[in-house]
Amino acid sequence: MGERKKSKFVKWIASGKVNKRLCIFTFMLIPVALLIVFTFIPFVNMVGFSFYDMKYLGDREFVGLKNYADVFSREDCFQALKLSLYYIAASFIQLALALYFASVLSFKTKGGGIFKGLMFFPYLVCGIAVGFIFKFFYTRGFVLDTVLQWCGFDLENLPYWLKDTSINNISVAATSVWRYMGQNMVLFIGAIMSVDASLYEAADIDGASAWHKFWYIIFPSIKTIIVLNLILAITGSLSVFEPPYVITNGEFGTGTYFVIMDRLAHASQKVGLASAMAIVLLVIILIATVLQKVAFKYFFGDGDEEAIRTVRKRKKLERQRAMAQGMQSDAAKGGAGI
Amino acid sequence: MTTEIYWTKKVRRIVVTVLKYLTLLLGGFIAVLPMAVCVITAFKSPEEYASSNVMDLPKSWTYFDNFVQAWKSANMGLAFRNSAMILVVVLIGSILTGSMLAYVLDRFKFFGNGLIRNLFLVASLLPGIAMQVSVYQIMYTLGWINSLPGYMVLMCGTDVISIYIFIQFFENIPKSLDESAIMDGCTYFGVFFRILFPLLKPAIVTVMILKGVSVYNEYYMANMYLQDKNRYVTVATSLFKFTGPMGSQYNYICAGVIITMLPALIIFILCQKQIYSGLTQGAVKG
Repeated sequence: MGERKKSKFVKWIASGKVNKRLCIFTFMLIPVALLIVFTFIPFVNMVGFSFYDMKYLGDREFVGLKNYADVFSREDCFQALKLSLYYIAASFIQLALALYFASVLSFKTKGGGIFKGLMFFPYLVCGIAVGFIFKFFYTRGFVLDTVLQWCGFDLENLPYWLKDTSINNISVAATSVWRYMGQNMVLFIGAIMSVDASLYEAADIDGASAWHKFWYIIFPSIKTIIVLNLILAITGSLSVFEPPYVITNGEFGTGTYFVIMDRLAHASQKVGLASAMAIVLLVIILIATVLQKVAFKYFFGDGDEEAIRTVRKRKKLERQRAMAQGMQSDAAKGGAGI
Repeated sequence: MTTEIYWTKKVRRIVVTVLKYLTLLLGGFIAVLPMAVCVITAFKSPEEYASSNVMDLPKSWTYFDNFVQAWKSANMGLAFRNSAMILVVVLIGSILTGSMLAYVLDRFKFFGNGLIRNLFLVASLLPGIAMQVSVYQIMYTLGWINSLPGYMVLMCGTDVISIYIFIQFFENIPKSLDESAIMDGCTYFGVFFRILFPLLKPAIVTVMILKGVSVYNEYYMANMYLQDKNRYVTVATSLFKFTGPMGSQYNYICAGVIITMLPALIIFILCQKQIYSGLTQGAVKG
């Protein structure tokens, strides 16, 4: 009797619908719980914290929007966002370099694998190690200075790379290019490789130059991934943390927004103010992301849909074509480009 | 006339080729230089380090005292053991949970499917550093400060990229495979563990590499949540030892840096192809 009951129970569990629900529930339990506990509860808490003057322990005092006012009025908080400009510039240079090396290395090159490996490896180095490597690299009279002296520069005329406020942010941003260029390059190589190889062969037969091959074949086919990386570069530059944190610890005016926030939260225990800083930046990042998504849709379309700009262009062309006979040839020329 | 064109073309090609290799050499040189100088310095004795230029080659390439010293003072034996434990647990945990979640999200239509996908997507927009302001308080409440298991659980959490890699992979496995197994009396759990999971191998390798690199190199949270550096030091945080009084003895520091880089270098040389393809896959959707 008991056995039959049990087998009935097993059957019930194993039956399609119940089994399906059980499976959905158990498989989602852990990941969703982790997501809620470590991302969404902290987020809600953080919004709450931002209205209080508080430390992690002890009393808290409700201060309303004072923390937000402080973020914008304090000298060290919002001002730090200006440093993002250095990192935006750096990430554009990084993408340009990555694109160049990717297009070179996608074709037969002697030692291509080695160059690719050498330029990619910095990506795998631990952040703290990168910090030490570049503290050493930039120290007065050490690596960089020696190399520049070989090139004929005088040590007297060289700045202190990490202390001189006119150049130290560039030095620090350069390390980020050093570290992530290779990763971008590998992504671009992947995208270029996925282009139909017969296109390149056809171009070779037609005698196309390297520049033409880049501009007419490579660039259009990896446009999407380039734009995606540009978007990531802009949001990433707003939230730069690691390079200044590990190299200068934010001293000598290199403290980016998040370095300041980290210091306020964990060293000075101004948790309320730090939370307000985090929320302000999150809002900025969200706005930036949405704007960029809209712009992206406008220029490149959304998967199967045509880009709005292309549609407009074509409609305009059609109108022009209908309007005047004389303009027809010009419009057709433009039309061929689409 | 035609020979002239032929020659200008040839000259142009040679110039382009020379420029190409020059830029490649320059790029490679800049990428390697900072690390190469570290290697040089790690082989210099303290006196030699003090007296020679940083770019001078060391007198002997078999002078390992710096490495021994760095290993001992930063307690790297313990660090490697802790990091290995963290890696094993976090990789198993996140691969299991990630692939299970991907299976459910890809194979079943149910209320909340889209919502959960979006929650994970939104989570990826929140910068991790900013979240730590209040995650710290949660970890404190849970009593997980200075707790290796606590840190492991935290590291298993949200990771959109690996979930996407798994979902992408499931999309390419035909559903008829599941259906025929169900017809044969297999449960949905059975379908996942007996049939689909073994097929996931390439995706698992990809996730292992991507996640492995990020866990091995993670230092910010490790530094914050594993504060007792005598017991819970990891390879990445062991380097913090060199920030204090040893702050300018770069012969030791460089040796320490090289030691922490070695595992990454070995993995890189062994699985170059998987690392490249893993990155490319991870980026397509991420």
